[in-house]
Formats: sequence, C-alpha cells, structure tokens
Amino acid sequence: MTTRSRGWLGTLPLFAFYAFVFGVPLVALLVGAFTSQGRPTLENMRQSLQGGNLTSMAGSVQVSAVVALLGAVLGTFLAYAVVTSRFAALRQSVLTASGVLANFGGVPLAFFWVATLGNSGVVSGLLGLPSGALYTFWGLVVVYLYFSVPLMVLVMAPALDGLRPQWREAAAGNGATAWHYWRYVGLPVLTPALLGGVVLLFGSAFAAYATAAAMGAGTVVPLVTLKIANALTSDVLIGQENVALALSLDMIVIAGLVMAVYLPLQKRSTRWLR
Amino acid sequence: MAAVTGLERTPATAAPPATRPRAWRALVLVLAGLYFLVPLGASLWYTIYTPTAGVSFGAYGELLTAEGFAGSLALSLGLGLATIALVLLLTLPAMLAVRLFTPRLRPVMEVLCTLPLVVPPITFVAGLGTSLRAGADVLAPTPFWATLIALQDPAFPIVLVLAYVVLVLPFVYRSLDAGLRTMDVRTLVEAARNLGASWPHVVFRVIIPNLRSALASASFLTLALVFGEFTVARLLGYQPFAVWIVTISGSRGQLSVAVSILSLLLIWLLLLAVSSAFGREKK
Repeated sequence: MTTRSRGWLGTLPLFAFYAFVFGVPLVALLVGAFTSQGRPTLENMRQSLQGGNLTSMAGSVQVSAVVALLGAVLGTFLAYAVVTSRFAALRQSVLTASGVLANFGGVPLAFFWVATLGNSGVVSGLLGLPSGALYTFWGLVVVYLYFSVPLMVLVMAPALDGLRPQWREAAAGNGATAWHYWRYVGLPVLTPALLGGVVLLFGSAFAAYATAAAMGAGTVVPLVTLKIANALTSDVLIGQENVALALSLDMIVIAGLVMAVYLPLQKRSTRWLR
Repeated sequence: MAAVTGLERTPATAAPPATRPRAWRALVLVLAGLYFLVPLGASLWYTIYTPTAGVSFGAYGELLTAEGFAGSLALSLGLGLATIALVLLLTLPAMLAVRLFTPRLRPVMEVLCTLPLVVPPITFVAGLGTSLRAGADVLAPTPFWATLIALQDPAFPIVLVLAYVVLVLPFVYRSLDAGLRTMDVRTLVEAARNLGASWPHVVFRVIIPNLRSALASASFLTLALVFGEFTVARLLGYQPFAVWIVTISGSRGQLSVAVSILSLLLIWLLLLAVSSAFGREKK
C-alpha cells in the first residue's frame, strides 16, 4: 500500500460522512430555496426579504449587533480588571466561571432569567418591573449578555496577558501618557482579538434559537431563527417551508460574511496569544 | 543619561496604574458579580420558595419521579456517548492520516471542519429535515428506505447522532489538533514502526496515550454540547433532555428552573474534568 492510498484510507470515512450528513442537507437547502413545487424560481428569496421576514431578519441582526458591541466592551473591561488584579484566586475563579457561563446557553439560560426577571420572577417583584419587561428587545439583550460577556472574557484574557509591562514602561520612558499608550500601543495590539471577539459574539447571538424559543420572546421581538422554526413546524401553508429554506440561506450568507472577517483575524490574534 | 531618567520616572509612572484603577476595578467586579450572581440566587430561591408552601426542596425531589425525566436523560446520555464514539472514530484516523501521509489535505480538512461553525444549527436542521423528507420519497421503492426509517427511530434517533457529529466537529477538530501539535507524530510513528510495532500497536500504545487529554477534552465538550442541544432535536421532533425541560416548563415552572440549575452544575463539573485532564498532562 502506498502512502497516498493510506492517506485516502484514513480520510475517506470522514469525507464520505461529511458529504452525506453536511453536504446533502446544504444542497437540499440551496435547491429548496430556489424551487417552488418542483420549478425553479426566485420567489422564495424575494419573499424572504419582504414584510415580516425582513423585519425578523432585521430584528435578529439588531439584537446580535447590540449584544456583540455591549458584550465586547463589558467583557474587555471585566477581563482587564481580572488580568491586572493581584489576586490569583480572583483571576482563576473568574476565568473558570467564564468558561462555565460561556457554555451555559440554550434552554437553561432562558429559565434562569424567567425565574429572575420574568412576570412572576423573584427580582422583578422586588424591583416592581412592569409585566413583560423581560420579553422586550432590551430584556433579550440582558439575557444574551449572560453568555456573551463571559465568552468575551475568555477571548480577551489571553490577549490582555500578552500586553507586556515593558511596553508600557518603554512608552512611559518616552514620555507617553496613558492615553498615548492605549491609542498607539495597547489598542493596536488588541484589535485582532477585539474584532474577533465581536464577530464571535455576533455569530453566537445570531444563531441562538433555544433561549428565545424557551422564553417565548418571539411574540414581542421578531427573530429570524423563530421565524424559520415556525415555518418548518407548522403545516398550515404549503410552500412556507421553501421560504424558510430561503430565510436559512439568507442567514448563512450573513453569518458567512461575518465569519469571513473572523477567521483570518483569529489567525493573526493567535500570534499574540503565545 | 537616558537610563537614569528612565529609572527615576519608573516610580512616578508605575504608581498610578497600581492605585488609580483600584476604584474602577472594584466597581467593574461588583457590577459583574451582581449581574452574574443575582440570577443564580434568584433561580435557586424560585425553586425552593413558594408563598403558599414556604421554603421546601420539593422541586428537587419531584425531579426523580417526574414523568419523562429518566427517559429523556437516558436518551441524551446515549446520544452523547454515541456521538463521542462516532466523532472520534471519524476524525482521529483522518487527522493522523493527513499528518502522516497526505499533508496537502491539511488545509482542506481545516476548512471542512470549521465550516459547521458558519452554518447556524437552525439552518442545518432546515436542510437536514428537507433532505430526509426528499430521501424518503426518492428511496421509497428501494431497500434503502428501511435504512432511512431506521435512522429516525424515535427510541434512539441515529439521525441526531449524525447531526451532532457535524455540530461538534469544529470543537473536536480544534481540540485534537492542539493535542497533535504537542507531539511529533511522524517521528513517533517511524520510531515505533522501526522497532517492529504493528499499526494497531502504534495507534493504541503510542499515539492514543499521548493524546489522552485532548481526547478527554473533546469528549467532555461533546457531552456538554449534546446535553444542552435543543434546536436540532426539537425541529426533528425528538425529546431528549433539553426538549423535555421546555415541554414540562408550561405546567411545572419550578421544576424546569431546578433542572436548569442542575445543568449549570453539570457543565461546571464537566469543565472541571476537562481542566483536570489537561492539568495531569502538564505534570
């Protein structure tokens, strides 16, 4: 057996699996998005960018963008506060907690917040929040930040560790103020990690479905993931399914464009993580 | 001269960073602590206190007897273990083969294994559901039809295992890639082969022991992801753990919050296991 055939032998099962389980559904999605009752058409795509569908897409993008920007800023401050702390125990416990909370999405997250700020929640009673406060745009943002901020801390902590104290000393030795240091040294070094983090947060908030579905937030905040799920599970309208596929395609295009920014940046930022 | 002025300035410039940020750091930490701990405390309170019954841990006791709890938990566990077995069986040989025999395929592997990150799970399941229905129509007259139906057996939906393998592929790939980076696979394999080791011997006695912590972390991440997975299972109409919680939440709010707290605990334990797996290797 030659080395080449051995290489193919090892990789073939994975490639075959990938083509069947990932490739076939993507092709089905693509075909479905551009056909209606067996005929090729652009009607699904047109409908996916109209009316309620467009509103839900805009809603998803808005929530994700706000979560990404807020989460990035708050997460960076938290990471900086922890990284520069003298207490090793604080640092360790915050980083561990971030690892747990960044993975704590989906359904349980929704019930945490329903129990806290929901209509019969513990804290909403104390604060006298109006009924339904959790199910607004900003309510959803608060919920999503619960996993986004820890995710940002995990992204930024190693990058902030990479800022050598010597750089600051060298800048100060040359007469730089704190502003100068951050403007010309700190931020440029952190930019790849920051942008990568923003993209990561955007992507995870954009794709999130379980949390919003379990909260029942879709009635107030239009989200494209809820729209797709509704269209796929309801049997009311024939042809809605293909519009759902078209919406899915829109989602993949948006997520793909955003990720296209992230992947090369991630490579660049790993240089500083060493 | 420059060195002297530099030394003279150090105390002056070093002092502000040490004292000034303390106030804002405390503020940031207190606010973050409030934001992250209040929901935790509130959820805990929600599960143990009702105005009528007062404080009771009934919700946690009820859990064990709740209808569907054991079944959905067992299903999720089974799906998790099957996913771990399948994803490792597919990726490990492929990654080894690429490193040893066809390095040119490495960028291809990397792109393929990262691609599922770009595709949101809901769109993946939209395509998957469509292809399953189309497949049933096309394959109806052939023997493959029975296979397709067997894949979707509600008792143990293999189709979920297949979908989960795709979803965890990026994480498993990264984890194993990091593990393989720490050793010189080619030299190890050549050394073992020159000493007369057979291929199975090389894989099981040389490669896998060196990859233990990477394999452990990949497995635990997979388990955590499968346990929390809702989107794919819900839209394909199955009822593993996460879907079950939502089903009962309407009638038994306390119970669903109690389960949420337990799943946070589970994630924490799994991550602890991952970090201790990595810690062992460092020693």
